Amino acid sequence: MNPRIAKAVINGLLIGGAVVALFPLLWMVSVSFMRPGEASALPPPLLPAHAGWQNYEELFTRAGMGRYLFNSFAISTAITVLSLACNLMAGYAFAKLRFHGRERLFHGLLGMLVIPAQVAMLPLFLMLKYMGLVNSYAAVIVPAMATAFGIFLVRQYARSIPDELMEAARIDGAGELRIFAQIVLPLLKPIMVTLAIYTFLTAWNDFMWPLIALTGQEHYTLPIGLASLAREHAQDSELMMAGSVVTVVPVLALFLAMQRYYIEGLLLGSVKG
Amino acid sequence: MNPQRAAWWFLTPAILVLGVFFLLPVIAALGLSLTDYDLYALADIRHLRFVALGNYWDLLHQPRFWSALGHTFHFVLVGVPLSIMVSLGAALLLHSPLARCKPFFRTALFAPVVTTVAAVALVWRYIFNTKYGMANYVLGAVGIHPVDWLGDPHWAMPTIILFAVWKNFGYNMIIFLAGLQAIPGDLYEAARIDGASPLQQFRHITLPMLAPTLLMVSILTVSGYFQLFAEPYVMTEGGPLQSTTSVLYLMYNEGFKWWNFGTASAVAFLLFVIMFVVTALMLRVARRGTAA
Repeated sequence: MNPRIAKAVINGLLIGGAVVALFPLLWMVSVSFMRPGEASALPPPLLPAHAGWQNYEELFTRAGMGRYLFNSFAISTAITVLSLACNLMAGYAFAKLRFHGRERLFHGLLGMLVIPAQVAMLPLFLMLKYMGLVNSYAAVIVPAMATAFGIFLVRQYARSIPDELMEAARIDGAGELRIFAQIVLPLLKPIMVTLAIYTFLTAWNDFMWPLIALTGQEHYTLPIGLASLAREHAQDSELMMAGSVVTVVPVLALFLAMQRYYIEGLLLGSVKG
Repeated sequence: MNPQRAAWWFLTPAILVLGVFFLLPVIAALGLSLTDYDLYALADIRHLRFVALGNYWDLLHQPRFWSALGHTFHFVLVGVPLSIMVSLGAALLLHSPLARCKPFFRTALFAPVVTTVAAVALVWRYIFNTKYGMANYVLGAVGIHPVDWLGDPHWAMPTIILFAVWKNFGYNMIIFLAGLQAIPGDLYEAARIDGASPLQQFRHITLPMLAPTLLMVSILTVSGYFQLFAEPYVMTEGGPLQSTTSVLYLMYNEGFKWWNFGTASAVAFLLFVIMFVVTALMLRVARRGTAA
């Protein structure tokens, strides 16, 4: 084929793909600024006639979206920080410390990767109910504090740290905790950033478990709050689009700022199979 | 403190969390699925009875279980190949030396992956609105009658599949892109010298070299698509006429709407077994393919 035509076809297809991928997101933003009812018209309006913030005001003053936004931030941040601590320590131990039964335990951990999380959800709900934790932040945070996948990722990365570094520190009399905090952690920084972004995005976007564990509005995360709003206001497209913008924009912005690290994690993670 | 002791200190928090909040519940789920745990047992545990395989037996005789399983398989069998074809196509386009502005296109095509399902499902529900939706408007412009996308039992599932493919293809695209970049360029060089057409190059170099990536992507995508839940929950609430009720949706309804924890656990376990068998079959077929 003529290279000029090939070039036009390839770039044309890419532009088409980008339009399909981005159009719903851009339109979501546009409709969110329309007046109530404006989006229910033919032809579907692409841009608001009189752009205004009224949908966002309504969401935050009356629909409790501020609360959901706060909950989402609090829960996702807590999950990120706590799971990072647990996974980094465990991943390092699997990679660099010798202990009895290491291989067997690690294989058990890998085996957990094939079990779908939903199998655990019903007993977990009952367990948390007996512990009095249902409908609390803890109900969402605690089960996510460690992940087999995160430990696996850290282990793979930590294996590249030369043993001599730790041995030298041990000979100099440093304790294990000090070695971990002052020598190992700085070396693990790249995987830390990757895992942190990955965890935060996953926690923010999670739907099924928060839906089960959070039974009262005061603890709803954004996706749950939005889904419940959508059941009450099925026809208010403008309001729902504003709600979607509030839910999507924080994670989309985080992704755009930290793309490189996120995609690295995705590639590291996909090697797990 | 010796390293052996230290290792256990480092491991304890993670193992405690995973053991208590994952492994223990999974084992408990198996036990729970053999009981008639329901609202009465929830109120007073003495009402709990052991029913052995009764829940499984009942499920296998219930049309709603088979229909939920059918919807899930519909989603997997249509969605996974479509998703993989779109991802591979996008990756090939991005990988082409003729493509311009690659970082921009890569980001644009990947953007849907990082969005929140519940939020973008609402956006697509609006696009697929029968009366005012963009989808019907565009179809109307070329003379096609409006389709009741989410309100017609025949169309609801395909519509959800379209949404899921839009949402997820970027993920596999990135993995394929990495796979493509790992193929040595001199293979193509040699093929060109031998006069192989681009299609022949794709068939005899790209596809075989990409086979391990393809297998891995397939397994990940299949397992992801078996876990369909948020999409129908937000877009159709399982309807119309239960036409989008997936296995997990059934589990959710049994468990958290009707409080039949015993039955719900049995549903969860059946899904697990099915996913396990399907994955094992895929690995087996792939191994036979490389041996031949």
